[in-house]
Amino acid sequence: MKKALSLVLALVMVFALVACGGSSESTKAPAEQSSETTTAPATTDASGAQVFKLGGTGPLTGGAAIYGMAVKNAAELAVNEINALGGDVQFELNFQDDAHDAEKAVNAYNTLKDWGMQISLGSVTSTPCVATSAETYADRIFAITPSGSSTSVIEGKDNQFQMCFTDPNQGSASAQYIHDKALASKVAVIWKNDDVYSKGIYDTFMAAAPGLGLEVVSDTTFADGSDTDFSVQIADAQAKGAELVFLPMYYTPASLIFAQAKAAGYSPIWFGVDGMDGILTLEGFDTSLAEGVMLLTPFNADSDDQMTKNFVKSYQEKYGDIPNQFAADAYDCVYAYKQALENAKCTADMSAEDICTAMIAQFTSMTFDGLTGEGMTWGTDGAVTKSPKGMIIQNGAYVGLD
Amino acid sequence: MNKLNLSKASRRSFMTYAVVIIAFIVLQSLAAAGAMSSMLKGLLVPICAYVVMAISLNLTVGILGELSLGHAGFMSVGAFMGVTTAVSLQNVVASKELRLIAALLVGALFAAVVGFLVGIPVLRLNGDYLAIVTLAFGEIIKSIFNNLYLGLDSHGLHVSLLNNTLNLDEGVKPIIGGPMGIGGIQKIANFATGFALIMVCLIIIFNLVNSRAGRAIMAIRDNRIAAESVGIPITKYKMMAFVTSAAMAGAAGALFALNFSTIVANKFDFNTSILVLVFVVLGGLGNMMGSIVAAAALTVLPEALRQFADFRMLVYAIVLILVMLIRNNPTIRTFTAQLRRGRKGGAKS
Repeated sequence: MKKALSLVLALVMVFALVACGGSSESTKAPAEQSSETTTAPATTDASGAQVFKLGGTGPLTGGAAIYGMAVKNAAELAVNEINALGGDVQFELNFQDDAHDAEKAVNAYNTLKDWGMQISLGSVTSTPCVATSAETYADRIFAITPSGSSTSVIEGKDNQFQMCFTDPNQGSASAQYIHDKALASKVAVIWKNDDVYSKGIYDTFMAAAPGLGLEVVSDTTFADGSDTDFSVQIADAQAKGAELVFLPMYYTPASLIFAQAKAAGYSPIWFGVDGMDGILTLEGFDTSLAEGVMLLTPFNADSDDQMTKNFVKSYQEKYGDIPNQFAADAYDCVYAYKQALENAKCTADMSAEDICTAMIAQFTSMTFDGLTGEGMTWGTDGAVTKSPKGMIIQNGAYVGLD
Repeated sequence: MNKLNLSKASRRSFMTYAVVIIAFIVLQSLAAAGAMSSMLKGLLVPICAYVVMAISLNLTVGILGELSLGHAGFMSVGAFMGVTTAVSLQNVVASKELRLIAALLVGALFAAVVGFLVGIPVLRLNGDYLAIVTLAFGEIIKSIFNNLYLGLDSHGLHVSLLNNTLNLDEGVKPIIGGPMGIGGIQKIANFATGFALIMVCLIIIFNLVNSRAGRAIMAIRDNRIAAESVGIPITKYKMMAFVTSAAMAGAAGALFALNFSTIVANKFDFNTSILVLVFVVLGGLGNMMGSIVAAAALTVLPEALRQFADFRMLVYAIVLILVMLIRNNPTIRTFTAQLRRGRKGGAKS
């Protein structure tokens, strides 16, 4: 019995190794060449344009898949557009699944390294992005993440950049916004106490609130596994008379909160952050529940801006959904890369390390106009400067507040 | 081998040692020669950690015969305590290797203590009840680490629960930051240490199993009432196996955590416990060699299947089902049994 087992497992392993071999042969960068320093071989297509290898990881399966898919689709869209235009800078995109797990993200990153990745989109969600950013930093591969918003992603790493706001930024910006628009004075917060994203925003919101005259009357939490029944949290906020409930969380628990609050006859102002973006495309969600929900996000799919209109149109044609903020950030990342690579006159035969040096110089000095903001700039710490937009959900669509 | 006049049990354990050593030499020389892909290189340490997890759980499930569904909890304790040790020693001990070994030892120690504390109430139960209680234990550990804040400054170690009230010195960051887990870990784990850990665990397990205590433990597994009737102290031997298993899982957790730059408590959830249980069941209960191969193969498999893109996890699940079916196919079982008998006959003549 033991022999049979060993035999079968040996076969599985042989198959696995053959599979590895097969995949690395099919690409142009064999594993042997991408040693520690990651020197990718020259790649130019038939017309002589420069083809850069762009990699990224995100959750394409599991609970956070909607974000990973949005980023993947939008990056694909941008890459296809750029390649169709046939400029000097062309991309080849390889996007790998990390299932919102740091360990799998590092595995996915190593697969990308074998493939010969020269520039990276980091990871989509915060925890995996912290793990992969340490790898890209050690390997000197430049990365700009569309949505890995935790500060640990960029902290102490000169070649890690963000297209989105950092979590702390969102917390204090939300408090500021609520104060500026005089939305409420009594505020309740429901947050997820085992989530980096939620905790980061909560901390800065709580730090900023007292100084802005916001009184936090109810502060309740939930965690993985206890995220289906919110009656206690809602009852607490209701009993203490909160006029506004701040929800720094992803949209799945938020959708349940809306439904349960409605059942409890409680209708405060709901205020979310960028994780709330995507709630309208959640399958089986009654969009009328989200009526009047406010959220702070840098992207507005209903904007009259020509660039946004084109993006929303082609995204919808190809993938059937209205793109969310994650998609817009990813789209911007690819175009920012295009601009930076063109400015720096990078060629695809440059090593990842040389491109990294050039990209750091470009990103810290250039100004970029994209879907998620005009005149975006980056500091040497890798954080982006752009202004958030307040949005409200009306008749099942996001509408800009300003 | 037969000429050495070794017992069947020692022959089997020496075979296992030999396979692990050969695998290590082959992989290490491949890595040194630069013939290994980054993907596989990145998997070496996690494989070691999962192998140790699998053989330690096999001690509880296969040798002691108690189903534990909270093994990832011990891994979590080891991971958090191990990394805390490594970070605390960062400015004191210069050698990476020493820090790593200290982390593994502290991880193992804490996990053993937790294993002992959990064992007191848990080991009075049997079968399904024990499985459910260990499951709950795993969730408790996850909850605790999600709410634990721990930091080190010039005044020593600060600990707080639920809220970050550490009052650390200016500019000092907490080591464990509640739901943020631990970030910015120096990656000091390496394959050689992982291999050494596997070897140490194997030696401990094989020596335990082939000793008087081991026979008592297996007697409890095979028939608790009979074992009790001949005067074997059930709780003592159960505790011995359980705590040993927990300590190894703690060391595995420390090794695992020190291979990544960030670690969060949610990583060590129910799914991880089940994953390790899958390794054990696939490899065969009580079969250490099987656990090792299963852990290694099932860690590499999902990564090797990346070319299937969207169908990756589906293919993985199908492969898992097929392997389980093939392993339990009576025809194949008879065939290999015959094969073994035939070979033995040949050796004798």
